[in-house]
Formats: sequence, structure tokens, C-alpha cells
Amino acid sequence: MKEWNRLGQNRAARMDRAAGLARGKLVAPGDIGALLTRVIEPGDRVCIEGNNQKQADFLAKALAALDPADVHGLHIVQSVLALPSHLDVFEKGVASKLDFSFSGPQAARLARLLSSGQLKIGAIHTYLELFGRYFTDLTPRVSLVCAAAADRNGNLYTGGNTEDTPVIVEATAFRRGIVIAQVNEIVDAVPRVDIPGDWVDFVVQSPKPHYIEPLFTRDPAQISEIQVLMAMMAIKGIYAEYGVRRLNHGIGFDTAAIELLLPTYAESLGLRGKIATHWALNPHPALIPAIEAGFVESVHSFGSELGMEDYIRARPDVFFTGPDGSMRSNRALSQTAGLYACDMFIGSTLQIDLQGNSSTATLGRIAGFGGAPNMGSDARGRRHGTEPWLRAGREAGQDGFRGRKLVVQMVETFREHMAPAFVDRLDAWELADQAGLDLPPVMIYGDDVTHILTEEGIANLLLCRTPEEREQAIRGVAGYTPVGLARDKRAVENLRDRGVIRRPADIGIDPKLATRDLLAAKSMKDLVRASGGLYDPPAKFRSW
Amino acid sequence: MERLEYEFDGGAPVAPRNRPTLTGVLGSGNLEVLVEPADLGGRVRVEVQTAAVGFGAIWQAVLADVFARWQVGDIRVSINDAGATPAVVALRLDQALSDHTGGGA
Amino acid sequence: MTSWLEATARERIAGLLDPGSFTEFVPPEARITSPHLAQLNQPAAFDDGVAVGRGTLEGAPMLIAAQEGAFMGGAVGEVHGAKITGLLERALDERAPVLLLLESGGVRLHEANAGLIAVSEIMRAILALRGAGVPVIVLNGGRVGVFGGMGIATCLCDRLIMSEDARLGLSGPEVIETTMGVEEFDAADRALVWRVTGGKNRAIFGEAVLVPDDIAAFRAAIRLDPVPLDVEAEHALLGARLDRFGAAEDALDIWADLGIETPARLPLLDTDDFLSAIEGKLA
Repeated sequence: MKEWNRLGQNRAARMDRAAGLARGKLVAPGDIGALLTRVIEPGDRVCIEGNNQKQADFLAKALAALDPADVHGLHIVQSVLALPSHLDVFEKGVASKLDFSFSGPQAARLARLLSSGQLKIGAIHTYLELFGRYFTDLTPRVSLVCAAAADRNGNLYTGGNTEDTPVIVEATAFRRGIVIAQVNEIVDAVPRVDIPGDWVDFVVQSPKPHYIEPLFTRDPAQISEIQVLMAMMAIKGIYAEYGVRRLNHGIGFDTAAIELLLPTYAESLGLRGKIATHWALNPHPALIPAIEAGFVESVHSFGSELGMEDYIRARPDVFFTGPDGSMRSNRALSQTAGLYACDMFIGSTLQIDLQGNSSTATLGRIAGFGGAPNMGSDARGRRHGTEPWLRAGREAGQDGFRGRKLVVQMVETFREHMAPAFVDRLDAWELADQAGLDLPPVMIYGDDVTHILTEEGIANLLLCRTPEEREQAIRGVAGYTPVGLARDKRAVENLRDRGVIRRPADIGIDPKLATRDLLAAKSMKDLVRASGGLYDPPAKFRSW
Repeated sequence: MERLEYEFDGGAPVAPRNRPTLTGVLGSGNLEVLVEPADLGGRVRVEVQTAAVGFGAIWQAVLADVFARWQVGDIRVSINDAGATPAVVALRLDQALSDHTGGGA
Repeated sequence: MTSWLEATARERIAGLLDPGSFTEFVPPEARITSPHLAQLNQPAAFDDGVAVGRGTLEGAPMLIAAQEGAFMGGAVGEVHGAKITGLLERALDERAPVLLLLESGGVRLHEANAGLIAVSEIMRAILALRGAGVPVIVLNGGRVGVFGGMGIATCLCDRLIMSEDARLGLSGPEVIETTMGVEEFDAADRALVWRVTGGKNRAIFGEAVLVPDDIAAFRAAIRLDPVPLDVEAEHALLGARLDRFGAAEDALDIWADLGIETPARLPLLDTDDFLSAIEGKLA
């Protein structure tokens, strides 16, 4: 007789072992080590909720403090490794294998642990891939998640930073796994139910509120005049040209400059209502002036941003908010919007090669990806037509019945310390050799990139018909980098005549007019004032 | 620190009565440009003091493009640089020559 | 409106004085640069980070100096200091009012001995002007603020005009945290730093005239009648302040003590609203 409920029986055994540790679903913080030891079995797949922003930091520390004699060989399946404790589990021997998406702050230590053999990497995923694998072959057996508040029945309220929680809990709870949540407070009634209590097994109030990183805040005071110039080129040469209304912006000062030029420069071009109306975007503080100027119709977010809570609450027509007034974000759904529903992704990078492959990988650091590769890729299964998408398809010579997503890489030809952004070979290849990765960690594949924008001009790769043309188009905007200086001058002039390369003058932009005066906010305080005092930036961004 | 010197065939001589002009600030990642009239037989002389060592060929290329665009002569251009990128250098030189000549290229 | 904060030292001079009236002493083309920085393999600015000269304001002749905060944080080196001292000494000869557009972290560590001597010379020259009844006005609206020796020098002058973006102090926040501990002063808590050292708190203490971040507003706030110097009275005032507020942990406590309503809102108010909120409530 075939047994059809082994997962359920195993779950029941774990819950039996944990009996007596909880009152209802509530576990005392001091008992968390005992709980984890009883419900986790050696070799389990475990997800510690690590997001871009909010972190299940108390549970992550507790997991790292377990005795490897009891718990070992865990396979961690977690989107973001942000905290030291996320790697302590490997150093201590509690865990041995890792599947993940992004490890920015821990990238160097991750590379060291890998080379010393203390962990094995399954794969470095994009968010949507990792989430997809939660529902196929990487379903967590135990998940340690994070919320703002819980009631005694385990109903969770995540606040604005819902982020990965629904995906993790859904995959775990409906496959007979165990869900443990850390919360900042236990309340009689949560403001809204983000995760139903019957999907949650245990709740622990963490001694300190969970950590949140203000990852998407950029101080306008640090935006350079070159970034203003490139933002003008983007708005006039791409947004206006294609009429891009649905889009995602990568993180960084380059795109913050675009956001801050919408109410000034774009307004002066008569573009309000014609570009940048619908966004898949974290609530960037730099977007406040554009929202206030009436540019923005809607913003759906992957996560929230510290300090934006009251502003979001006061702009329910723009942001997705619950009946309680606070934002509801969702990384998986916003990524889906970015991949399938947006006509453009624009973001910065560190290196671009002659095929247009772009990468943020540097030697000695295994940083992973996050969301850019999903949004910065052509959704080849897309069916609905929009003018920007269809025009990009026509430019690419795709017979007219299939469009292309605009994928724009925006980069100054040299980064600080005169590091060239254009290279013959990406560092990603050497990193892959060093770390024994299956694939070089390329952020955006060259054949997905449609435009490269530098202070030298815009290269429209859709219009290139041969690999040679494409290479010269890239060299043609690579400025004084070795890659740029090696261009074939005649070929580049020829591409300029055809509009494949457009210099600022070709778009009607005088670089001398690119000054910080064009920014709708020049400081954090300008952003606060633009928000009518509703935006409350973290202390480290203040100068008042 | 590195000291670099260049000379370029000039274009139309700039009026010798133009006062020296200083454009830009020697802040991190930035540069200051001093432009003075000089009797150089119509040529342009450029002196660069830079904190970033080993980029002489890039300076040569940036400056050659700037002075191909600005057909000016009989000026001495002195630059103090704290690691500006070529984009910033070109922009600042355009501003400096515009400040000095009182007009655009 | 032209932002003082965003402007360079030379743009501030040009925006402040009557158009075309500025004549620079020891101009950049004289190339009187720091002899110390080159030895340390550091780039040296043509004006050593300060422009000095003469010009007119509403037709009235004046001497003026402007420190460039973007060059080494406006720090005072040997040449830089000598240019300011020379300007102040000329003012005594000419009985001409002086505008000091300061933005400085203090003494330049690369040439610390020369810089320290220079700052003491600046202070002595300011006191000589005070004694002679020649007004010295400080305008402080830059990102760096004014700290260290230039902070002391500022307090010796007749008047101080500040924007809320600017700061004034002796030791900088990081120095206090390093020497006294984070419990004494948390330099990473920038809101705290501004509450304590920023233009608004200085205005509440009557040390500064607060203006919006606008060159024209700075210009409009300049008053040239000299303020009589009474060192004894100044000491008595500072002593009384210490007695009354010495136990305060934060400027917020002081503002509340002064009877200012909802003091937590002060940092965000624009200059006009702020000035009405503190009217009659000065320390």
C-alpha cells in the first residue's frame, strides 16, 4: 500500500516534538533555539526571510546559534543574504548548501566561504526563478519569516514591506512545511491580514524590531551634472521618442536624476501624461516631485522604503494600499509586472562588453542579481501590443507582429577612479572560473539590451543589422575608454548618419545647459518639502 | 601626482586683452581650469597637474577633441585635476572656454 | 532665487556684490599655491581655496573673502590663511567693512602648524578691527559649515548671517564622538547634529540672523553698523546660558524650555514660519 501523506506525517512528528514550547502559536523569545532544534531536521531545506529591506534578523541569529551536532547539512533557499548571520550558519556548520538571488552586502565573505569549501552553491537565481523553484523542486521544509505584527491566532500584518513573505509562506504552508514568524509586536487585532493565521505555525516576538535597510533612498545633493545630462538624453531621446508609459527604474543616482527631471525638463517638453505614468518601482523618495506634479498615475512596489509610510498613506490613488491605509508590496507580483507588463527597463551597470552584455560582478565578490535581470529582459512570451513595444519590434526588423521590450543600460563611460565601464571582457567570466560557477554572472544579456546611453550618446542596438555594426555602435558611445578609442571612426560616423548613434546635439541637447538647477529637488529637505512634510527620511540622510 | 603638457595647433587667436578666467573647483572628482591669453604664435598650450597617474593618452585624446571643436589660439590653459572623468573634463573645458571667450563654440 | 549652498565661493561673491565690481587680490593667475601640498603629492588649487578682493555692495566699498568648501573642506593652510589675514589688515588700514563668506572644517591637517598660526593671526586681525569699529560680517551657508578655528573666528565678528543648511561649531561632530564617546554625541544622527549646530539653533540663541538659502537673502541681511565689543558682557551671557541649559541633552530640551510650541516641528519649518514660531522665545 503506497503511503500518500508522508509529508503530513513528518510534519505531525515535528509538531509533536515542539509540543509544550508554545502557548497556542506564541513562543517565548528565550525558547526559540529549542523550537528550531525540534522542528528542523538535518538536511532540511530552510528559507530565512531575507529581503532587500526587511530581515528576519532574530530568527537568522537563532538559527546560526544552533548546535551543529543537532542541526546540520541544511540547504538554505533564500532570496537575499544581507546580514552576517546569513553566512554564520555556513561557517558554523549548521548549513552547507545555498540557493539565492542577491548577496550584495555579504558578497566578499560569501566568495571566501565558497573557496574554503564551507558552502556549495546550487545556483544564483533571479528572484522569479528562485520563487518559481519554491514551487517546484526547492520548496522549503521550514521557513523563518518576518512581519510587523501578529495576533494570537497567527494572522500576520507585514506593513508596507510585505516583500517576499506571501511567496515563502504559500510555498511552505501548502506543502506541509512549518512556518515560524518573528514579529515586532503581538496585538489583539492586526490592522489587516497579510498572511492568514492558519498558514502560520509559530509566532515569536523579537526583542528588537526587525532590521530594515533604506536601500532606495538617493540624496539629490549627490547627483552630478553629467547625470543630469544623461537624464535629459534619456527623457528626450528614449522616453519621449517611444512614448514609454509603463516602466521600471533600476536603483541608483542615474535613474534618480531622471525621476527628478520629470517635473522640470520633461514638463517643459510637454510630456506630462505622455511618459512614465505607470510604474513597477519601490517607492523611491526621488519620485515624490513627479508624483506631486501629476506625472504618475500608479506605482506598484516590490517592497516599501523607510520614511515613505505617511506619504504613501496620503496618496492612495497612486500606491497600492490596504483598507488600513498602509502599503501592500509584493516582490513576486511586482517582478511579474516588471517582466511582462512594462515596456521599458532602464538601469545602471558597472561593465559592458562588446556584445552589450552587462554585469555588476567584480572579482572576489559573489553578489548575485536581484530583480534587474527579470525586468531587464525581453519577455518573449508577451502577447499584448503597445506602441513602444511594437515600435521597438519594428526597429529590430521583427516582421511587425512581435514587439520588443526596451532594455536600456545607462552608464558614464568611466566610473570613479577612472575605471572604464566598457571592457573587452567582463570580470564576470573570471569570477565564474574562480568560483566554479556554471555561468558567468551576467546581469543583462547583450541580446536583451536595446539601448546603451552614455554621456557620449545613445546607441540604438535595435537598428544594428550585423554583429560588426553592433560592436561599432557600442564603441561609438564608449568615449575615451580603450574600447571607445579603438572604434572605426568612419563606421561610427556612418552609424550616426543612420541614427543608430545619436549624440546630445543630434537630440537637440546642449550639454552646457545640463546643470543641477534642472533637478526638481536638490536636497533631501527639498524632497520632504515636496511631500508636504509627509516624507520622513532616516536620520542618516538628514541635514536639518 | 603627474604633470602633463600638450600643445595644439590653434585656430583664431583669442583677444589678448581677455582677462584670465578660472572655471570649476578642485574638489574630489573635479577640476579647475585657468585660461590666460598668451603669445604662442597662434597655438594652444595646456598644462595638467593631476592626482590620477597614468592617463596621459586619455588626456591627449580629450583635449584634442575639445580644441578641434573650439578653434581658438594664443591661449594658455592650466588645469588642476582631482580625478575627474573625461566627461567632466570635457564639460568643464567647454565651460572654461565659453567663460573666457564670452561665447559658445 | 539662487542657492548659496549650491554655489561655489566665486559664484557667491559674484551674486553678492554689485555686478562687475569685484577686483581680486592675489588672483589665480598669480599661482600663489600651497608649498606643502605638492610635497605631500596632493593637488594644490590656484587660489589655495580662498578668493579675496574688493568690490562694492549697493555702491559702498567693501573687502571680501570667500572660502571654497569643495577644496579640502575649506580648510585653512598657510597661503589660504595669509590671504584672509592680509585682507583683514588692509581693512584696518582702509577702514573698509569686511564680508567673510566662510565655509571651513578648520585648520588644514596637511599643514597644521602653519594653519594654526594663520588662524590665530586671523583672530587677532578681527579683534583689531572690532577695536577700531570696522565691521566684520560672516556669511555661513555652505555644506561644510564653519568649524574649528574658523568657528572661533566667526564668534569674534560683529555679525553672523546663516542659513538653516549651515552649521557652526568648534569641534566637528565626528571629533566629539571620537574623543567623548557616542553617548556624548552621535555624529551619525544627522538630525541631532543639525539641531545642535545648525543655523536654526544658532538663531534661537541670538548668535545668527537666519535667512533662506538664497544669495539675495544673504545680501539683504547685511548690516554694516559696527557692534560694540564688550567681552565682559559676552562672558556673563555665556555663563548664564551654561547655568540655564548646561544639563540639556539635546537642543529640543532647550527649545521646549524656552516655551516654543511643539519644538520637534522646528527643523522642517521654512525660514519665515520658523522665525514666527520662535518670535519672542529667544534664549
